[in-house]
Amino acid sequence: MTALTERQQLAYANAQAADGRVNLEFETDEGMTLNMGPQHPATHGTLRIVVKLDGEEVISCEPIMGYMHRGYEKLTEVRTYPQVTTLINRIDWLGSFANEVPFILAAEKLMDIEAPPRAQWIRTVLFELSRIANISLFVGDMALHIGAISAAFYAFRDREYVLNQIEAATGGRFHPNFDRIGGLKDDLPKGWIADTKATMEKIRDFCDEMETLVEGNEIFQARTRGIGVIPADVALAYGLSGANLRASGVDWDLRRDEPVGLAWNECDWNVITHPDGDSFARFWVRLQEIRESTKIVDQLLDGLPAGPIMAKVPRIIKVPEGEAWVATENPLGEMGYYVVSKGDLGPFRVKIRTASFNNVAVIPWVTRGVYVPDVVTILASLYFILGDIDR
Amino acid sequence: MSAPIFGIELSYWQETVLRSVGILAAVLLPAGTFVYLFLFKMVSFMQSRLGPMEAGPFGSMQLLAEVGKFLQKEDIVPERADRKLFKLAPYLVVSTVLLVYLAVPFGPEMTFVTNFDGGIFYVLAVSSISALGVLLAGWSSANKYSLIGGLRAAGQLIAYELPMVLAVIGVVIQAGTLNMQGIVMAQADGSIFGFDGIGNPFLLTQIIAFVIFMIAVQAELGQTPFDMPIAESELVTGYITEYSGLRFLLFFIGEFASAGAFAAVAATLFLGGWAVPSAWADLDSAIFNLLGPIIMLTKMMILGGLIFFVRFTFPRFREDQLQKLAWTVLIPISLANILVTTILKVVF
Repeated sequence: MTALTERQQLAYANAQAADGRVNLEFETDEGMTLNMGPQHPATHGTLRIVVKLDGEEVISCEPIMGYMHRGYEKLTEVRTYPQVTTLINRIDWLGSFANEVPFILAAEKLMDIEAPPRAQWIRTVLFELSRIANISLFVGDMALHIGAISAAFYAFRDREYVLNQIEAATGGRFHPNFDRIGGLKDDLPKGWIADTKATMEKIRDFCDEMETLVEGNEIFQARTRGIGVIPADVALAYGLSGANLRASGVDWDLRRDEPVGLAWNECDWNVITHPDGDSFARFWVRLQEIRESTKIVDQLLDGLPAGPIMAKVPRIIKVPEGEAWVATENPLGEMGYYVVSKGDLGPFRVKIRTASFNNVAVIPWVTRGVYVPDVVTILASLYFILGDIDR
Repeated sequence: MSAPIFGIELSYWQETVLRSVGILAAVLLPAGTFVYLFLFKMVSFMQSRLGPMEAGPFGSMQLLAEVGKFLQKEDIVPERADRKLFKLAPYLVVSTVLLVYLAVPFGPEMTFVTNFDGGIFYVLAVSSISALGVLLAGWSSANKYSLIGGLRAAGQLIAYELPMVLAVIGVVIQAGTLNMQGIVMAQADGSIFGFDGIGNPFLLTQIIAFVIFMIAVQAELGQTPFDMPIAESELVTGYITEYSGLRFLLFFIGEFASAGAFAAVAATLFLGGWAVPSAWADLDSAIFNLLGPIIMLTKMMILGGLIFFVRFTFPRFREDQLQKLAWTVLIPISLANILVTTILKVVF
């Protein structure tokens, strides 16, 4: 290994010192400090949560992120526009296709082209499929964190059907890399529409099963109702988005409010909200949203317009100078890309706004005075993906 | 003590050795069967997967493979752990189970201590020692997760020992004896309103006590919905976080063997133990020394299936909710059960 430069050594020492300061701050006060993570089963990834306890009661709780920082914003600067989608697939790895869409839309906005209707509709269908794949895993994961092991296996089983459909259309189970500036890579394969509709039927059965097995369980309700209540004003102040915000009773959904170049307003569906704002509400809202997503997929596949799937796009993509911001309602919440172009092959600067980063920011506020098991419930119900926090 | 078994006269020491071997078999056989049948296979089918399939036919040798794996693991004692207590704790947990089996009858002659007056009292007393082992493990590991897990286990024990004892009292009142052999015979010889075709299994008359007993067993064993001492999503694995190799294996055996022990106790108290109704056969014949253990194991498997079915279906309570359930629901109900049983016993 080459020797570290002086600057690297200094940076390393600074990082160590910053870590030490956090530890010192928690150790010197009263109470017991419990380090949940970076390797802890409840943080599914490498989120570190430093909890200070009095008995089992939480005095304070601090999420410390950055253990999985991969520098995506910087990496996009040395890639061309088509190469970037491969990268940003990995931000929220459970709903990969949904990550690609806002970036592609931002690039299209700068280039002033629009994908043909068929491409837009298929984009929306795949977007919703990745939402179902993502959130059905949340349903099992939340049950697992409360101790019901079997539900997690059912979630993995039924999510597999959706992943099969995504794979059949795009070639990738997890990282489709299917979206292109100006349209899509390919058209849908033969028989895909009927298969997907059958899958949506299975997913609705899965929702029924989870409603009776998990949501209707009295222990589950005792563990989640009234736990981790986030009032609407606090949720707005911390910048929560997605189901976390809707569970606090705020009627806000980018799919309905800003359907940027996608086909959500072409079909009939409802924005789900819940007035309570507790862990149960967050679970309930997400489970209902799977149902709504299956409705959207069914309707869009019924009325899929014919036509090309690719607009006229130059062979070598150069994006004209300018700045664009596009955000969509991703499975985890609002995800947006601010793309700055200087007219090159690749972006000059990309700012990625991910939902989980803001969603975990509310943890210190919401976990004061709860017990250790509730910390796990609240973490599970806020539903973050580590890649989505650290990028 | 020197009664001939199958016509063979044995001296006292020979008989004691045989009985000790029998106890070991009684501990390990149900424990192994529980692990394979319920933990590996039943749960796999519940969760739409196959479970182990490679080691032996349908994975039946998987348990041996697991034991072999654990024996090869490095034996780690944490640097700041209390070494003596850390090493003692798993043995304490396993020995508790052995002590429970001493008093459980498996046939007319098949007990370690024959004619043990106060047998059920002894069983309830020694079964709580395992919580001491858990507390020791939690304290000596020098790990915060372990400590919280150990303390939770202790709190759980205090809360659930009481409903368990109170549930057993109902049975004892009805049987009129503390002797476990006597409780078995009371069920075999009993009759329901003069009808003695199926004896009088206390499951029918003491159904409330049975439900409370099984809930308390679930809590004593630390199985879901009462698995807060382990709580793998909160406390990593609670008090066994720091254990590896043989000691982890001992905790594992202890967990399943005590599930077997409590299933045996529950089968004796509520399902008639090793006996069939005495209207069906002559229970004093020597053949029941062979049939008794088989009947008993069958009943244990049914109860074990119940325990593990619940374990893999329900989510987990929170510690304070568990305490509330014990003190405000289970204890009043079991006290009422005792009262009603006493009145009926006096009336009839």
